[in-house]
Amino acid sequence: MKKIAIALICGLAASAAHAADVKLLNVSYDPTRELYKDINAAFAAQYKQKTGDTVTINMSHNGSGAQSRAIIDGLDADVATLALAYDIDAVADKAKLLPKDWMKRLPQNSSPYTSTIVFLVRKGNPWKVKDWGDLVKPGIHVVTPNPKTSGGARWSYLAAWAWAEKSPGGSADKAKAFVANLYHHVPVLDTGARGATTTFAQRGIGDVLLSWENEAHLALAEAGGADKFQIVYPPSSILAEPSVAVIDKNVDRHKTRAAAEAYLKFLYTKDAQEIEAKNFYRPRDAAVLAAHASQFPNIKLYDIDDVFGGWTKAQQVHFSDGGVFDQIYKPGQ
Amino acid sequence: MATLVLPRVRSRSALPGFGFSLAFTLFYLSAIVLIPLAALIIRPWELGWNGFWAEILAPRVLHALKLSFGAAAVAAAINSVFGLIVAWVLVRYRFPFKRVVDALVDLPFALPTAVAGIALSALYASNGWIGAPLEKAGIKIAYTPYGVVVALVFIGLPFVVRTLQPVLTDLSRDSEEAAATLGATRFQTFRRVILPTLAPTLLTGTAMAFARAVGEYGSVIFIAGNLPMVSEITPLLIIIKLQEYDYAGAAAVGVVMLAVSFVFLLALNALQAWVSSRR
Repeated sequence: MKKIAIALICGLAASAAHAADVKLLNVSYDPTRELYKDINAAFAAQYKQKTGDTVTINMSHNGSGAQSRAIIDGLDADVATLALAYDIDAVADKAKLLPKDWMKRLPQNSSPYTSTIVFLVRKGNPWKVKDWGDLVKPGIHVVTPNPKTSGGARWSYLAAWAWAEKSPGGSADKAKAFVANLYHHVPVLDTGARGATTTFAQRGIGDVLLSWENEAHLALAEAGGADKFQIVYPPSSILAEPSVAVIDKNVDRHKTRAAAEAYLKFLYTKDAQEIEAKNFYRPRDAAVLAAHASQFPNIKLYDIDDVFGGWTKAQQVHFSDGGVFDQIYKPGQ
Repeated sequence: MATLVLPRVRSRSALPGFGFSLAFTLFYLSAIVLIPLAALIIRPWELGWNGFWAEILAPRVLHALKLSFGAAAVAAAINSVFGLIVAWVLVRYRFPFKRVVDALVDLPFALPTAVAGIALSALYASNGWIGAPLEKAGIKIAYTPYGVVVALVFIGLPFVVRTLQPVLTDLSRDSEEAAATLGATRFQTFRRVILPTLAPTLLTGTAMAFARAVGEYGSVIFIAGNLPMVSEITPLLIIIKLQEYDYAGAAAVGVVMLAVSFVFLLALNALQAWVSSRR
């Protein structure tokens, strides 16, 4: 009924003004609130200019995994902009709302911007944290969310693992021991990235926060943040590729495909890349990246395909029920 | 809370409309309660009998169940004592701003649980107003299982107070005065006269606070720390299983929670009936 009513209203508006009113729902993960606020305004203005249509983009934010499940369970997303490819794979797999090869439809694995995991420490870096190995010093406390519920936390876990496996003398066994040791220094497992930032920044828990690069910069930008915290870039981390996709079955039903596709393509334009860089996401555009080079230190970023053989495998080995992460919390370890 | 009073079957009731209202009640209960519960109970059998047991006997699940029910029981016990005192004071005494204090009792009902959780964790964290002095004394509340109890005490209080209040209001002072004239001490009056009258209601209120606490999610996850095998509550474990698309596993844990809660509430109801009959 509601849909018919909306369609009627849209139809009336279209016949009256010869321009359509398009509504898109972008289902995204936790830390992108600020980014998409800016992106949406820019896109709406550009779209209006190009097509004459008014586009309104509604946002839904939550942990990436929770959002993926919500779409599977029927949340009417036109586009999904999630923290990792696996969460969109799950939508393709379980609800068949888009084809399995969705990743090939847009450039660079359908991820218009990248990010990485950095350390946020208390001002002056009292624990002298410089690299991943420092995170298991006796007595140090590390805050990171639960990888089962948070996309960012999965990247953090994989970054730690990649460091331990790829540093000289490293191996998969050593990586497993290191990651287990690391999580025994975690006093609080929040369910999402924002929660973990709050625990670290507002509650004063922990000495190091494993954080999305953009979340760390946001924490510094908050009032007084720069007096309390500083960012430490480890020599290596992981290349996090947050993915975006049009949810085919939903846009076809809403008749919003044109706008939805234009929206995602817009994310790759110079204007949008500039906005992404301003919000501390690493832009794909080389020229924009160069212009913001001081803000994105050039550290070694491991690729999930090279180290872990892709998301599906990483998910199965590390984060599924009884996987490596669950084994960390087996009693007696 | 539904007290289990079975209707006596009589050939003719003085009150008309029994058939219709019973039919409606059954329909309504089925639509609102039974059908969703049936959907929950059907789900775990995808795992098979052995799979079901393996799921719920996993150490992590057992620990979460122990924490959820244990913390809920402790919180309900605390609320039964302090809730009784609060209800007593609110009914028996007159003091300025009594209505304001009375309204405060309802706040945990009205407040979104997430807000309560954030407020409590801010208070009890090691840099919070309450947490900082406690930390100096060597007590940690936030991000430990004690934090879970604190949150559950908060959300459970109104259940005890609000169930007790009407009964306390009706409780006549005559019997207390009679007890006093017969030479009972204040403690004897409380123990032998007041408590027996209040016991069934107190049990109901405590059971409600307990039932509410077992399922509580929003306020707890902010203050619990959520460490597996330490401070991970069962509802969070269910969410984690859903996140893994393990719907059957999540439902299995849900069914166990449901069964334990049901048995517990049934036992409390029986105890309540027994206490009432002894009066």
